[in-house]
Amino acid sequence: MLVIEKNTMTEEIEQLVAKYGNSRSSLLPILQDIQRKHKHIPDFAQQEVARLLDIHPVEVFSVISFYSFLNTQPKGRNIVRLCQTIICDLAGKKNIARAIERELGIKFGETTKDNKFTLEYVNCLGMCDQSPALIINERVYSKVTPEKAVQILSEVK
Amino acid sequence: MGKQNRKGALIFSEYKRGDGIREAIGKSREDILFEIRESKLKGRGGAGFPTATKWMIVAAANSNEKYIICNADEGEPGTFKDRVLLLEYPELVFDGMTIAGYTLGAQKGIVYLRGEYEYIKKSLDDYLEAMRKDNLLGNNILGKKGFNFDIIIRMGSGAYVCGEETALIESLEGNRGEARNRPPYPVSTGFMGKPTIVNNVETLASIPHIVLKGGEWFKKHGTDKSTGSKLFSVSGDCKQPGVYELPWGTKISELLELVGAKNTKAVQIGGASGICIPKSQFNRILAYEDAATGGSIMIFNENRNMLNILKNFMEFFVDESCGQCTPCRIGNRKLLQGIEMIEKGAYTFSYVSQLKELGRTMQAASKCGLGQSSPNSFISILENFKEEIFCGNDRYINGYGEHNGK
Repeated sequence: MLVIEKNTMTEEIEQLVAKYGNSRSSLLPILQDIQRKHKHIPDFAQQEVARLLDIHPVEVFSVISFYSFLNTQPKGRNIVRLCQTIICDLAGKKNIARAIERELGIKFGETTKDNKFTLEYVNCLGMCDQSPALIINERVYSKVTPEKAVQILSEVK
Repeated sequence: MGKQNRKGALIFSEYKRGDGIREAIGKSREDILFEIRESKLKGRGGAGFPTATKWMIVAAANSNEKYIICNADEGEPGTFKDRVLLLEYPELVFDGMTIAGYTLGAQKGIVYLRGEYEYIKKSLDDYLEAMRKDNLLGNNILGKKGFNFDIIIRMGSGAYVCGEETALIESLEGNRGEARNRPPYPVSTGFMGKPTIVNNVETLASIPHIVLKGGEWFKKHGTDKSTGSKLFSVSGDCKQPGVYELPWGTKISELLELVGAKNTKAVQIGGASGICIPKSQFNRILAYEDAATGGSIMIFNENRNMLNILKNFMEFFVDESCGQCTPCRIGNRKLLQGIEMIEKGAYTFSYVSQLKELGRTMQAASKCGLGQSSPNSFISILENFKEEIFCGNDRYINGYGEHNGK
């Protein structure tokens, strides 16, 4: 990380701490905002959050490692999460997964070379009445078919 | 199914924003607690703990800082009623929280919304802002001196176990979502060590109606031990999946007919952590005293392979176990391995019965509800569908003719 990038990151985290407060209970909202913007929480950001909340950096890492929507390694600009739980599975999740994998040329758990997409499975999205479902970033798509899924992906920037 | 088509005697009955709060501040706190006790309302998340008991402990607690937490970490597979409530009936949930704030003397409410529902957050924030403008939140609410209450929304980050109330509080405090030892319970030592109420979205949504119409009215619906009605999230092999409000005590067969389910082989009641009920028991009733559920009803027809369904459930639990206690962390893995052995035909019956025994040990020895209930589906599916699973799931017996003429 360049010094200038570090400074921007520090500034950004200082703003978040000012917004949510510097108590430990602000940790998750702060991490969630960093995650949303950068698609991961880099080492330096973890150290800065720890410094500003006055906790040990390993505490920050331990929290990140617990939650499946937080990660320390970079991911693609768009995270595609396909529901793998029973009702979506019965409704044809496998075919959708294969169609997406073929189209993007990567497997679930991987990121495309141009860094545009990361494919992940997720547990029950609470869309069982409109299954199968997937979420791209924060937007939810329901009653997806293999064809529709590929089309949705083509519309994402 | 849209809001205009929703029908229900209690939760989905008519309600205007703020009415419950207006009624509540005209009453004494004791009167409200009395009505809720009269209603015999039980927690709608699935555990079914009497709401009034929780509330009375917090009301009696001597602390100037108390918290009302709305548990919107709806992660149980097959449950989506909270999504519908928050999207279509936010007035019920937030009014319920505000009434709780008044009754219990709390000043702060927190909605813990699961990360997967991030797309709902904006509309909820806007709604809260509108409530503040109308003085339904904020200081001296509706002119009642000293009644200050506000609600914030906090997001989860994709952890099923955070639906457990102490894990949820840990998460709010900025820790890993690992369940605490209980006691002490959140009602005495909750968020930030202060007395805290953690209620399910649906429980809170019932409160404004009870305050307006009374506990007697609420009690008229449902059964003796399960009063009122329940929102059922129905999904799977049926014509009309969706959220239905039905009184407790409804027969499983009645529900199946209502949603247009045909050739049903099994119904999973209560999500992955619930029990699987075969056709022969469809006359059982949905109630805390019989087939209890937090609302998840998943329907499987004759063409579904029960072992695959069970495998999906156990993969879910292996994924979601927080890893804190051994029975849950290792037990769920062992159960999943057992299913894979059965799948391959590389099992012995003595090992299968050992695994069931392990399941019962997990029910007794796990630290929180996750590990205590994850073996439910394993035990009930292997018990109720042993013919299908162990006698070969071919449609023909040994390749000859139709299975028992079916």
